Amino acid sequence: MAIAARNVTKRFGDFVALDDVSIEVKSGSLTALLGPSGGGKSTLLRVIAGLERPDSGQVFISGKEATALAPQKRGVGFVFQHYAPFTHMTVFDNIAFGLTIRRRPKAEIEKRVEELIELVQLPGLGKRYPSQLSGGQRQRMALARALAAEPEVLLLDEPFGALDARVRKELREWLLRLHERTHVTTIFVTHDQEEALELADEVVVMNAGRVEQVAPPRTLYDEPANAFVMSFVGPVNRLGDTWVRPHDIEIRAEPNGSTSEAQVLRIIRLGFETRVELVREDGEHLHVQLTRDEAEQLELARGDIVYVRTRRERTFSTASA
Amino acid sequence: MTARTRTSNRLLLVRFCALGYLAVILIAPVTLIFWRAFEHGVHPFWAAISNPIATHALRLTVEVTLIAVPLNTAFGILCALAIVRHRIPGMGLINAFVDLPLALSPVVVGLALYLLYGRDGWFGHWLTTHGVRVLFALPAMVLATIFVSLPFVVREVVPVLREIGTDQEEAASTLGASSLTTFRRITLPAIRWAIAYGVVLTAARSLGEFGAVSIVSGGIAGRTQTLTQYVQASYENFDQTGAYAASVLLALLAITTLLAMTVMRHGDRRA
Repeated sequence: MAIAARNVTKRFGDFVALDDVSIEVKSGSLTALLGPSGGGKSTLLRVIAGLERPDSGQVFISGKEATALAPQKRGVGFVFQHYAPFTHMTVFDNIAFGLTIRRRPKAEIEKRVEELIELVQLPGLGKRYPSQLSGGQRQRMALARALAAEPEVLLLDEPFGALDARVRKELREWLLRLHERTHVTTIFVTHDQEEALELADEVVVMNAGRVEQVAPPRTLYDEPANAFVMSFVGPVNRLGDTWVRPHDIEIRAEPNGSTSEAQVLRIIRLGFETRVELVREDGEHLHVQLTRDEAEQLELARGDIVYVRTRRERTFSTASA
Repeated sequence: MTARTRTSNRLLLVRFCALGYLAVILIAPVTLIFWRAFEHGVHPFWAAISNPIATHALRLTVEVTLIAVPLNTAFGILCALAIVRHRIPGMGLINAFVDLPLALSPVVVGLALYLLYGRDGWFGHWLTTHGVRVLFALPAMVLATIFVSLPFVVREVVPVLREIGTDQEEAASTLGASSLTTFRRITLPAIRWAIAYGVVLTAARSLGEFGAVSIVSGGIAGRTQTLTQYVQASYENFDQTGAYAASVLLALLAITTLLAMTVMRHGDRRA
Protein backbone atom coordinates (compact mmCIF):
# COMPACT_ATOMS: atom_id res chain seq x y z
CA MET A 1 0.00 0.00 0.00
CA ALA A 2 1.36 3.42 -0.90
CA ILE A 3 -1.13 5.31 1.24
CA ALA A 4 -3.52 4.24 3.95
CA ALA A 5 -5.83 6.18 6.19
CA ARG A 6 -7.27 4.27 9.17
CA ASN A 7 -10.32 5.44 11.10
CA VAL A 8 -9.58 9.10 10.46
CA THR A 9 -11.94 11.59 12.09
CA LYS A 10 -11.66 15.36 11.71
CA ARG A 11 -14.01 17.99 13.10
CA PHE A 12 -14.08 21.73 12.46
CA GLY A 13 -16.04 23.01 15.42
CA ASP A 14 -19.39 21.23 15.27
CA PHE A 15 -18.93 20.19 11.66
CA VAL A 16 -17.71 16.62 11.14
CA ALA A 17 -15.60 16.75 7.98
CA LEU A 18 -14.32 13.17 8.23
CA ASP A 19 -16.20 10.53 10.18
CA ASP A 20 -14.13 7.39 10.81
CA VAL A 21 -12.75 7.22 7.27
CA SER A 22 -10.50 4.37 6.13
CA ILE A 23 -9.04 4.02 2.64
CA GLU A 24 -6.14 2.18 1.06
CA VAL A 25 -4.43 3.28 -2.12
CA LYS A 26 -2.29 0.92 -4.13
CA SER A 27 1.20 1.87 -5.15
CA GLY A 28 1.32 3.34 -8.66
CA SER A 29 -2.43 3.73 -8.94
CA LEU A 30 -4.50 6.72 -9.98
CA THR A 31 -7.29 7.14 -7.44
CA ALA A 32 -10.16 9.62 -7.44
CA LEU A 33 -11.87 10.99 -4.35
CA LEU A 34 -15.33 11.72 -5.69
CA GLY A 35 -18.22 13.39 -3.92
CA PRO A 36 -20.31 16.52 -3.50
CA SER A 37 -18.69 19.63 -2.01
CA GLY A 38 -18.54 19.51 1.75
CA GLY A 39 -18.29 15.71 1.59
CA GLY A 40 -14.84 15.61 3.17
CA LYS A 41 -12.71 14.68 0.15
CA SER A 42 -10.46 17.78 0.24
CA THR A 43 -10.07 17.41 4.00
CA LEU A 44 -8.97 13.80 3.55
CA LEU A 45 -6.41 14.89 0.97
CA ARG A 46 -5.11 17.60 3.32
CA VAL A 47 -4.90 15.08 6.19
CA ILE A 48 -2.81 12.78 3.97
CA ALA A 49 -0.54 15.71 3.06
CA GLY A 50 -0.19 16.74 6.70
CA LEU A 51 -1.84 20.12 6.17
CA GLU A 52 -4.57 19.13 8.63
CA ARG A 53 -4.02 17.12 11.79
CA PRO A 54 -6.77 14.48 12.27
CA ASP A 55 -8.59 14.40 15.62
CA SER A 56 -8.17 10.63 15.66
CA GLY A 57 -7.02 7.88 13.33
CA GLN A 58 -3.76 7.20 11.53
CA VAL A 59 -2.15 7.95 8.19
CA PHE A 60 0.45 5.69 6.59
CA ILE A 61 2.63 6.68 3.64
CA SER A 62 4.73 3.95 1.98
CA GLY A 63 4.10 1.67 4.92
CA LYS A 64 5.38 4.13 7.54
CA GLU A 65 3.13 5.86 10.02
CA ALA A 66 2.98 9.56 9.13
CA THR A 67 0.15 10.82 11.33
CA ALA A 68 2.32 13.16 13.40
CA LEU A 69 4.80 14.00 10.64
CA ALA A 70 5.06 17.60 9.41
CA PRO A 71 4.05 18.11 5.76
CA GLN A 72 7.64 18.88 4.72
CA LYS A 73 8.77 15.43 5.91
CA ARG A 74 6.13 13.34 4.13
CA GLY A 75 7.52 13.26 0.62
CA VAL A 76 4.21 14.18 -0.97
CA GLY A 77 3.64 16.50 -3.89
CA PHE A 78 0.50 18.61 -3.51
CA VAL A 79 -1.23 20.60 -6.24
CA PHE A 80 -3.64 23.14 -4.83
CA GLN A 81 -7.01 23.95 -6.28
CA HIS A 82 -5.87 27.44 -7.26
CA TYR A 83 -2.30 26.17 -7.85
CA ALA A 84 -0.79 28.45 -5.16
CA PRO A 85 1.99 29.72 -7.46
CA PHE A 86 4.83 31.61 -5.76
CA THR A 87 3.86 34.93 -7.31
CA HIS A 88 7.24 36.64 -6.80
CA MET A 89 9.20 33.86 -8.49
CA THR A 90 9.62 32.95 -12.14
CA VAL A 91 8.25 29.69 -13.53
CA PHE A 92 11.77 28.27 -13.35
CA ASP A 93 12.23 29.25 -9.69
CA ASN A 94 8.78 27.96 -8.82
CA ILE A 95 9.55 24.54 -10.25
CA ALA A 96 13.07 24.56 -8.78
CA PHE A 97 11.86 25.46 -5.26
CA GLY A 98 11.80 21.95 -3.83
CA LEU A 99 15.32 21.34 -5.15
CA THR A 100 16.76 24.75 -4.20
CA ILE A 101 15.77 24.38 -0.57
CA ARG A 102 17.39 20.93 -0.56
CA ARG A 103 20.60 22.64 -1.68
CA ARG A 104 21.04 20.45 -4.76
CA PRO A 105 23.89 21.44 -7.08
CA LYS A 106 22.96 24.16 -9.50
CA ALA A 107 23.68 22.14 -12.63
CA GLU A 108 21.48 19.30 -11.38
CA ILE A 109 18.63 21.71 -10.60
CA GLU A 110 18.87 23.27 -14.04
CA LYS A 111 18.82 19.89 -15.75
CA ARG A 112 15.86 18.62 -13.73
CA VAL A 113 13.81 21.81 -14.16
CA GLU A 114 14.42 21.79 -17.91
CA GLU A 115 13.22 18.18 -18.02
CA LEU A 116 10.10 19.08 -16.08
CA ILE A 117 9.38 22.15 -18.22
CA GLU A 118 9.57 19.80 -21.18
CA LEU A 119 7.35 17.22 -19.46
CA VAL A 120 4.60 19.71 -18.64
CA GLN A 121 4.92 21.38 -22.04
CA LEU A 122 5.91 24.88 -20.99
CA PRO A 123 8.98 25.31 -23.21
CA GLY A 124 10.42 28.82 -23.29
CA LEU A 125 8.26 30.05 -20.42
CA GLY A 126 10.82 29.54 -17.64
CA LYS A 127 11.54 33.25 -17.26
CA ARG A 128 7.86 34.27 -17.07
CA TYR A 129 6.03 35.05 -13.86
CA PRO A 130 2.92 33.08 -12.89
CA SER A 131 0.72 36.13 -13.50
CA GLN A 132 1.80 35.99 -17.18
CA LEU A 133 0.52 32.42 -17.64
CA SER A 134 -2.92 31.13 -18.57
CA GLY A 135 -4.89 29.00 -16.11
CA GLY A 136 -3.91 25.76 -17.80
CA GLN A 137 -0.22 26.74 -17.93
CA ARG A 138 -0.26 27.72 -14.26
CA GLN A 139 -1.79 24.37 -13.40
CA ARG A 140 0.93 22.51 -15.29
CA MET A 141 3.60 24.65 -13.62
CA ALA A 142 2.13 23.65 -10.25
CA LEU A 143 2.30 20.00 -11.30
CA ALA A 144 5.92 20.31 -12.36
CA ARG A 145 6.73 22.03 -9.06
CA ALA A 146 5.11 19.20 -7.13
CA LEU A 147 6.96 16.56 -9.17
CA ALA A 148 10.40 18.23 -8.94
CA ALA A 149 11.53 16.64 -5.69
CA GLU A 150 10.33 13.21 -6.88
CA PRO A 151 7.55 12.66 -4.35
CA GLU A 152 6.35 9.16 -3.55
CA VAL A 153 2.79 10.39 -3.74
CA LEU A 154 1.09 13.08 -5.80
CA LEU A 155 -2.04 14.71 -4.36
CA LEU A 156 -4.23 16.92 -6.55
CA ASP A 157 -7.04 19.00 -5.06
CA GLU A 158 -9.73 19.66 -7.71
CA PRO A 159 -6.99 19.89 -10.34
CA PHE A 160 -9.26 20.98 -13.17
CA GLY A 161 -11.89 22.85 -11.19
CA ALA A 162 -10.94 26.36 -12.22
CA LEU A 163 -10.46 25.74 -15.95
CA ASP A 164 -12.82 26.06 -18.88
CA ALA A 165 -14.30 22.93 -20.45
CA ARG A 166 -11.92 22.58 -23.40
CA VAL A 167 -8.71 23.06 -21.37
CA ARG A 168 -10.10 20.65 -18.77
CA LYS A 169 -10.49 17.91 -21.32
CA GLU A 170 -6.99 18.45 -22.74
CA LEU A 171 -5.41 18.44 -19.32
CA ARG A 172 -7.27 15.29 -18.29
CA GLU A 173 -5.83 13.37 -21.23
CA TRP A 174 -2.45 14.88 -20.55
CA LEU A 175 -2.58 13.87 -16.86
CA LEU A 176 -3.47 10.33 -17.88
CA ARG A 177 -0.45 10.17 -20.19
CA LEU A 178 1.76 11.70 -17.51
CA HIS A 179 0.65 9.08 -15.01
CA GLU A 180 1.34 6.31 -17.52
CA ARG A 181 4.87 7.67 -17.91
CA THR A 182 5.79 8.41 -14.30
CA HIS A 183 3.67 5.92 -12.34
CA VAL A 184 3.66 8.12 -9.28
CA THR A 185 0.88 7.06 -6.91
CA THR A 186 -1.70 9.77 -7.47
CA ILE A 187 -4.85 10.78 -5.64
CA PHE A 188 -7.05 13.51 -7.02
CA VAL A 189 -10.17 15.16 -5.65
CA THR A 190 -13.10 15.89 -7.93
CA HIS A 191 -16.84 16.49 -7.77
CA ASP A 192 -17.18 15.60 -11.45
CA GLN A 193 -18.18 11.95 -11.86
CA GLU A 194 -17.20 11.91 -15.52
CA GLU A 195 -13.69 13.04 -14.62
CA ALA A 196 -13.40 10.33 -11.96
CA LEU A 197 -14.69 7.57 -14.25
CA GLU A 198 -12.48 8.67 -17.13
CA LEU A 199 -9.18 8.98 -15.24
CA ALA A 200 -9.14 6.77 -12.20
CA ASP A 201 -8.29 3.07 -11.70
CA GLU A 202 -10.14 3.24 -8.45
CA VAL A 203 -12.80 5.65 -7.22
CA VAL A 204 -13.53 6.47 -3.59
CA VAL A 205 -17.02 7.94 -3.32
CA MET A 206 -17.38 10.20 -0.29
CA ASN A 207 -20.42 11.88 1.17
CA ALA A 208 -21.03 13.69 4.46
CA GLY A 209 -17.61 12.73 5.80
CA ARG A 210 -17.98 9.01 5.08
CA VAL A 211 -16.79 6.61 2.40
CA GLU A 212 -19.81 5.29 0.48
CA GLN A 213 -18.00 2.92 -1.85
CA VAL A 214 -14.53 2.12 -3.13
CA ALA A 215 -14.48 0.45 -6.53
CA PRO A 216 -13.11 0.59 -10.07
CA PRO A 217 -15.18 2.90 -12.33
CA ARG A 218 -17.03 0.09 -14.10
CA THR A 219 -18.13 -1.60 -10.87
CA LEU A 220 -19.16 1.72 -9.43
CA TYR A 221 -21.46 2.38 -12.34
CA ASP A 222 -22.86 -1.12 -12.75
CA GLU A 223 -22.99 -2.20 -9.12
CA PRO A 224 -23.42 0.85 -6.94
CA ALA A 225 -23.36 -0.06 -3.25
CA ASN A 226 -26.21 2.23 -2.30
CA ALA A 227 -28.68 4.79 -3.53
CA PHE A 228 -26.26 7.66 -2.98
CA VAL A 229 -23.60 6.17 -5.24
CA MET A 230 -26.25 5.21 -7.81
CA SER A 231 -27.57 8.75 -7.97
CA PHE A 232 -24.20 10.51 -7.75
CA VAL A 233 -22.35 8.42 -10.31
CA GLY A 234 -24.32 8.94 -13.50
CA PRO A 235 -27.85 10.16 -14.16
CA VAL A 236 -30.73 8.25 -12.63
CA ASN A 237 -34.54 8.02 -12.39
CA ARG A 238 -36.09 7.30 -9.03
CA LEU A 239 -39.40 5.41 -9.18
CA GLY A 240 -40.57 4.80 -5.64
CA ASP A 241 -38.02 2.41 -4.18
CA THR A 242 -36.41 1.46 -7.46
CA TRP A 243 -33.72 3.30 -9.40
CA VAL A 244 -33.06 3.05 -13.09
CA ARG A 245 -30.54 4.64 -15.45
CA PRO A 246 -32.00 6.78 -18.29
CA HIS A 247 -30.44 4.49 -20.91
CA ASP A 248 -32.09 1.45 -19.29
CA ILE A 249 -35.59 2.61 -20.26
CA GLU A 250 -36.92 1.21 -23.50
CA ILE A 251 -39.42 3.22 -25.53
CA ARG A 252 -41.79 1.40 -27.90
CA ALA A 253 -44.43 2.70 -30.28
CA GLU A 254 -46.77 -0.26 -29.44
CA PRO A 255 -47.56 -1.92 -26.10
CA ASN A 256 -46.25 -5.48 -25.57
CA GLY A 257 -47.74 -6.60 -22.27
CA SER A 258 -44.91 -5.61 -19.95
CA THR A 259 -44.92 -1.94 -20.91
CA SER A 260 -46.77 0.99 -19.45
CA GLU A 261 -48.18 4.03 -21.20
CA ALA A 262 -46.41 7.40 -21.11
CA GLN A 263 -46.64 10.78 -22.78
CA VAL A 264 -43.69 12.69 -24.26
CA LEU A 265 -43.19 16.04 -22.48
CA ARG A 266 -39.94 17.26 -23.95
CA ILE A 267 -37.26 16.20 -26.43
CA ILE A 268 -33.71 17.55 -26.25
CA ARG A 269 -31.33 16.72 -29.07
CA LEU A 270 -27.62 16.87 -28.11
CA GLY A 271 -25.77 15.67 -31.18
CA PHE A 272 -25.34 11.92 -30.82
CA GLU A 273 -27.60 11.73 -27.80
CA THR A 274 -31.33 12.46 -27.53
CA ARG A 275 -32.92 13.04 -24.15
CA VAL A 276 -36.63 12.48 -23.73
CA GLU A 277 -38.71 13.52 -20.75
CA LEU A 278 -41.84 11.44 -20.23
CA VAL A 279 -44.69 11.27 -17.78
CA ARG A 280 -45.98 7.76 -17.08
CA GLU A 281 -49.68 7.01 -16.58
CA ASP A 282 -49.07 6.67 -12.82
CA GLY A 283 -47.74 10.25 -12.80
CA GLU A 284 -44.00 9.40 -12.48
CA HIS A 285 -41.64 11.54 -14.54
CA LEU A 286 -38.96 9.68 -16.49
CA HIS A 287 -35.78 10.85 -18.15
CA VAL A 288 -34.70 8.63 -21.02
CA GLN A 289 -31.49 8.65 -23.05
CA LEU A 290 -31.60 7.36 -26.62
CA THR A 291 -29.18 7.44 -29.49
CA ARG A 292 -30.15 9.76 -32.29
CA ASP A 293 -30.95 6.81 -34.56
CA GLU A 294 -33.27 5.22 -32.02
CA ALA A 295 -35.10 8.51 -31.55
CA GLU A 296 -35.46 8.99 -35.31
CA GLN A 297 -36.81 5.48 -35.82
CA LEU A 298 -39.49 6.12 -33.22
CA GLU A 299 -40.36 9.45 -34.87
CA LEU A 300 -40.96 10.95 -31.45
CA ALA A 301 -42.78 14.25 -31.10
CA ARG A 302 -43.99 16.24 -28.16
CA GLY A 303 -47.36 15.03 -26.84
CA ASP A 304 -47.01 11.52 -28.37
CA ILE A 305 -48.23 8.50 -26.43
CA VAL A 306 -45.51 5.82 -26.16
CA TYR A 307 -44.97 2.61 -24.20
CA VAL A 308 -42.04 2.22 -21.82
CA ARG A 309 -40.33 -0.65 -20.07
CA THR A 310 -37.50 -0.41 -17.56
CA ARG A 311 -34.49 -2.72 -17.53
CA ARG A 312 -31.87 -3.35 -14.85
CA GLU A 313 -33.74 -1.51 -12.11
CA ARG A 314 -32.11 -1.52 -8.71
CA THR A 315 -33.52 -1.39 -5.22
CA PHE A 316 -31.54 -0.51 -2.13
CA SER A 317 -32.56 -1.68 1.30
CA THR A 318 -31.67 1.58 3.05
CA ALA A 319 -32.26 4.45 0.66
CA SER A 320 -30.00 7.08 2.16
CA ALA A 321 -30.03 9.63 -0.64
CA MET B 1 -24.04 76.23 -21.13
CA THR B 2 -23.52 72.62 -22.26
CA ALA B 3 -23.45 69.67 -19.88
CA ARG B 4 -19.79 69.15 -20.53
CA THR B 5 -18.70 72.65 -19.59
CA ARG B 6 -20.87 72.40 -16.50
CA THR B 7 -19.04 69.22 -15.43
CA SER B 8 -15.66 70.72 -16.18
CA ASN B 9 -16.60 73.81 -14.17
CA ARG B 10 -17.58 71.61 -11.27
CA LEU B 11 -14.27 69.74 -11.55
CA LEU B 12 -12.41 73.05 -11.52
CA LEU B 13 -14.27 74.09 -8.38
CA VAL B 14 -13.44 70.80 -6.65
CA ARG B 15 -9.81 71.12 -7.64
CA PHE B 16 -9.68 74.74 -6.48
CA CYS B 17 -11.19 73.86 -3.11
CA ALA B 18 -8.85 70.89 -2.55
CA LEU B 19 -5.73 72.79 -3.54
CA GLY B 20 -6.84 75.92 -1.64
CA TYR B 21 -7.35 73.86 1.50
CA LEU B 22 -3.93 72.26 1.12
CA ALA B 23 -2.33 75.64 0.46
CA VAL B 24 -3.79 77.27 3.57
CA ILE B 25 -3.42 74.34 5.95
CA LEU B 26 -0.17 72.72 4.79
CA ILE B 27 1.85 74.56 2.20
CA ALA B 28 1.70 78.07 3.65
CA PRO B 29 3.00 77.17 7.13
CA VAL B 30 5.79 74.94 5.80
CA THR B 31 6.84 77.55 3.24
CA LEU B 32 6.80 80.20 5.94
CA ILE B 33 9.14 78.09 8.09
CA PHE B 34 11.57 77.74 5.18
CA TRP B 35 11.32 81.45 4.38
CA ARG B 36 11.94 82.55 7.97
CA ALA B 37 14.86 80.14 8.35
CA PHE B 38 16.60 81.47 5.26
CA GLU B 39 15.38 85.08 5.64
CA HIS B 40 18.91 86.33 6.32
CA GLY B 41 20.66 83.90 4.03
CA VAL B 42 22.24 80.52 4.50
CA HIS B 43 24.85 81.66 7.00
CA PRO B 44 22.62 82.27 10.06
CA PHE B 45 20.78 79.03 9.26
CA TRP B 46 24.00 77.09 9.18
CA ALA B 47 25.23 78.75 12.37
CA ALA B 48 21.96 77.86 14.10
CA ILE B 49 22.01 74.18 13.23
CA SER B 50 25.73 73.66 13.67
CA ASN B 51 25.83 74.80 17.28
CA PRO B 52 26.65 71.88 19.58
CA ILE B 53 23.26 71.81 21.32
CA ALA B 54 21.39 71.60 18.02
CA THR B 55 23.67 68.89 16.60
CA HIS B 56 23.36 66.92 19.80
CA ALA B 57 19.54 67.18 19.60
CA LEU B 58 19.65 65.97 16.00
CA ARG B 59 21.94 63.10 16.89
CA LEU B 60 19.76 62.09 19.83
CA THR B 61 16.61 62.14 17.69
CA VAL B 62 18.24 59.95 15.07
CA GLU B 63 19.61 57.62 17.77
CA VAL B 64 16.20 57.14 19.37
CA THR B 65 14.68 56.52 15.95
CA LEU B 66 17.37 54.00 15.01
CA ILE B 67 16.64 52.01 18.16
CA ALA B 68 12.84 52.27 18.05
CA VAL B 69 12.35 51.43 14.35
CA PRO B 70 14.08 48.00 14.25
CA LEU B 71 12.43 46.96 17.50
CA ASN B 72 8.97 47.97 16.30
CA THR B 73 9.60 46.36 12.91
CA ALA B 74 10.49 43.01 14.47
CA PHE B 75 7.60 43.26 16.91
CA GLY B 76 5.24 44.40 14.16
CA ILE B 77 6.01 41.43 11.91
CA LEU B 78 5.67 38.93 14.78
CA CYS B 79 2.48 40.56 15.99
CA ALA B 80 0.93 40.60 12.49
CA LEU B 81 1.81 36.91 12.01
CA ALA B 82 0.27 36.09 15.38
CA ILE B 83 -2.90 38.03 14.57
CA VAL B 84 -3.41 36.59 11.08
CA ARG B 85 -1.82 33.13 11.07
CA HIS B 86 -2.31 31.75 14.55
CA ARG B 87 -5.61 31.38 16.30
CA ILE B 88 -4.42 32.26 19.78
CA PRO B 89 -7.09 32.94 22.39
CA GLY B 90 -7.19 36.63 23.26
CA MET B 91 -5.70 37.65 19.92
CA GLY B 92 -8.71 39.87 19.24
CA LEU B 93 -7.92 41.86 22.35
CA ILE B 94 -4.27 42.23 21.33
CA ASN B 95 -5.39 43.31 17.87
CA ALA B 96 -7.47 46.07 19.45
CA PHE B 97 -4.68 47.10 21.84
CA VAL B 98 -2.22 47.58 18.99
CA ASP B 99 -4.24 50.62 17.92
CA LEU B 100 -4.17 52.17 21.37
CA PRO B 101 -1.15 54.42 20.65
CA LEU B 102 -3.10 55.98 17.76
CA ALA B 103 -6.02 56.84 20.01
CA LEU B 104 -4.17 57.76 23.17
CA SER B 105 -2.64 61.22 23.53
CA PRO B 106 1.18 61.01 23.70
CA VAL B 107 1.07 63.17 26.83
CA VAL B 108 -0.86 60.43 28.60
CA VAL B 109 1.73 57.88 27.43
CA GLY B 110 4.50 60.06 28.83
CA LEU B 111 2.71 60.43 32.13
CA ALA B 112 2.12 56.67 32.37
CA LEU B 113 5.82 55.98 31.80
CA TYR B 114 6.63 58.63 34.38
CA LEU B 115 4.43 56.87 36.93
CA LEU B 116 5.88 53.46 36.09
CA TYR B 117 9.57 54.37 36.05
CA GLY B 118 9.58 57.37 38.39
CA ARG B 119 11.39 57.10 41.71
CA ASP B 120 8.21 55.80 43.40
CA GLY B 121 6.88 53.90 40.38
CA TRP B 122 6.29 50.16 40.13
CA PHE B 123 9.54 49.43 38.26
CA GLY B 124 11.26 52.70 39.04
CA HIS B 125 12.00 51.90 42.67
CA TRP B 126 13.67 48.57 41.91
CA LEU B 127 15.57 49.99 38.96
CA THR B 128 16.82 52.98 40.95
CA THR B 129 18.13 50.78 43.77
CA HIS B 130 19.96 48.70 41.17
CA GLY B 131 21.54 51.77 39.65
CA VAL B 132 19.63 51.73 36.36
CA ARG B 133 18.50 55.12 35.20
CA VAL B 134 15.45 55.05 32.94
CA LEU B 135 13.67 58.35 33.43
CA PHE B 136 15.30 61.52 32.09
CA ALA B 137 17.64 59.34 30.04
CA LEU B 138 17.78 57.49 26.72
CA PRO B 139 15.82 54.36 27.87
CA ALA B 140 12.68 56.31 28.76
CA MET B 141 12.85 58.32 25.52
CA VAL B 142 13.17 55.12 23.51
CA LEU B 143 10.29 53.50 25.43
CA ALA B 144 8.05 56.52 24.78
CA THR B 145 8.95 56.54 21.08
CA ILE B 146 8.36 52.80 20.74
CA PHE B 147 4.96 53.20 22.35
CA VAL B 148 3.72 55.96 20.06
CA SER B 149 5.09 54.39 16.85
CA LEU B 150 3.99 50.83 17.65
CA PRO B 151 0.98 50.29 15.33
CA PHE B 152 2.39 51.25 11.94
CA VAL B 153 4.21 48.07 10.87
CA VAL B 154 1.43 45.85 12.28
CA ARG B 155 -1.28 47.83 10.49
CA GLU B 156 0.56 47.73 7.15
CA VAL B 157 1.45 44.03 7.31
CA VAL B 158 -1.84 42.55 8.63
CA PRO B 159 -4.02 43.25 5.55
CA VAL B 160 -1.32 42.02 3.16
CA LEU B 161 -0.90 38.79 5.12
CA ARG B 162 -4.67 38.31 5.03
CA GLU B 163 -4.76 38.94 1.29
CA ILE B 164 -1.98 36.52 0.31
CA GLY B 165 -3.63 33.72 2.32
CA THR B 166 -1.94 30.49 3.37
CA ASP B 167 -1.86 28.68 0.01
CA GLN B 168 1.70 29.61 -0.91
CA GLU B 169 2.99 28.85 2.58
CA GLU B 170 1.27 25.45 2.56
CA ALA B 171 2.65 24.74 -0.91
CA ALA B 172 6.16 25.53 0.32
CA SER B 173 5.76 23.20 3.29
CA THR B 174 4.59 20.29 1.13
CA LEU B 175 7.64 20.92 -1.07
CA GLY B 176 9.86 20.31 1.93
CA ALA B 177 10.46 23.80 3.32
CA SER B 178 10.76 24.23 7.10
CA SER B 179 8.72 26.98 8.77
CA LEU B 180 11.76 29.25 8.83
CA THR B 181 12.56 28.64 5.14
CA THR B 182 8.90 29.23 4.25
CA PHE B 183 8.91 32.51 6.15
CA ARG B 184 12.18 33.66 4.62
CA ARG B 185 11.47 32.62 1.02
CA ILE B 186 7.69 32.92 0.69
CA THR B 187 6.11 35.10 3.40
CA LEU B 188 8.79 37.75 3.72
CA PRO B 189 9.06 38.56 -0.02
CA ALA B 190 5.25 38.82 -0.17
CA ILE B 191 5.05 41.34 2.67
CA ARG B 192 8.28 43.23 2.01
CA TRP B 193 6.61 46.37 0.65
CA ALA B 194 4.13 46.44 3.51
CA ILE B 195 7.06 46.25 5.92
CA ALA B 196 8.84 49.04 4.05
CA TYR B 197 5.78 51.33 4.28
CA GLY B 198 5.47 50.47 7.94
CA VAL B 199 9.13 51.29 8.55
CA VAL B 200 8.83 54.65 6.79
CA LEU B 201 5.75 55.59 8.81
CA THR B 202 7.36 54.40 12.05
CA ALA B 203 10.48 56.42 11.30
CA ALA B 204 8.48 59.55 10.48
CA ARG B 205 6.46 59.22 13.67
CA SER B 206 9.60 58.61 15.76
CA LEU B 207 11.46 61.61 14.32
CA GLY B 208 8.56 63.96 15.01
CA GLU B 209 7.56 62.64 18.45
CA PHE B 210 7.22 65.40 21.01
CA GLY B 211 4.50 64.91 23.64
CA ALA B 212 5.45 61.63 25.32
CA VAL B 213 9.19 62.16 25.03
CA SER B 214 9.08 65.71 26.42
CA ILE B 215 7.54 64.40 29.66
CA VAL B 216 10.03 61.58 30.28
CA SER B 217 13.21 63.12 28.87
CA GLY B 218 13.44 66.20 31.02
CA GLY B 219 14.59 68.09 27.95
CA ILE B 220 18.04 68.96 29.29
CA ALA B 221 19.84 70.89 26.55
CA GLY B 222 22.85 69.00 25.21
CA ARG B 223 21.88 65.84 27.09
CA THR B 224 18.29 64.67 26.79
CA GLN B 225 16.88 67.20 24.36
CA THR B 226 15.50 65.89 21.07
CA LEU B 227 15.14 68.00 17.95
CA THR B 228 11.45 68.72 18.53
CA GLN B 229 12.20 69.79 22.08
CA TYR B 230 15.05 71.94 20.81
CA VAL B 231 12.60 73.76 18.53
CA GLN B 232 10.31 74.47 21.47
CA ALA B 233 13.16 75.56 23.77
CA SER B 234 14.65 77.88 21.17
CA TYR B 235 11.29 79.44 20.47
CA GLU B 236 10.66 80.05 24.15
CA ASN B 237 14.11 81.65 24.48
CA PHE B 238 13.32 84.08 21.64
CA ASP B 239 15.94 82.35 19.45
CA GLN B 240 13.68 82.42 16.43
CA THR B 241 16.34 81.65 13.86
CA GLY B 242 17.35 78.57 15.85
CA ALA B 243 13.73 77.42 16.13
CA TYR B 244 13.08 77.91 12.41
CA ALA B 245 16.35 76.28 11.40
CA ALA B 246 15.66 73.18 13.50
CA SER B 247 12.11 73.09 12.13
CA VAL B 248 13.48 73.11 8.61
CA LEU B 249 15.69 70.19 9.57
CA LEU B 250 12.67 68.26 10.87
CA ALA B 251 10.70 69.13 7.75
CA LEU B 252 13.56 67.93 5.56
CA LEU B 253 13.72 64.62 7.45
CA ALA B 254 9.97 64.22 6.97
CA ILE B 255 10.17 65.05 3.28
CA THR B 256 13.00 62.54 2.85
CA THR B 257 10.94 59.75 4.42
CA LEU B 258 7.97 60.69 2.26
CA LEU B 259 10.15 60.62 -0.83
CA ALA B 260 11.45 57.22 0.21
CA MET B 261 7.85 56.07 0.45
CA THR B 262 6.96 57.45 -3.00
CA VAL B 263 9.97 55.74 -4.54
CA MET B 264 8.91 52.48 -2.85
CA ARG B 265 5.33 52.80 -4.09
CA HIS B 266 6.74 53.16 -7.56
CA GLY B 267 8.84 50.01 -7.11
CA ASP B 268 5.85 48.20 -5.66
CA ARG B 269 3.73 48.88 -8.71
CA ARG B 270 6.39 47.45 -10.97
CA ALA B 271 6.80 44.27 -8.91
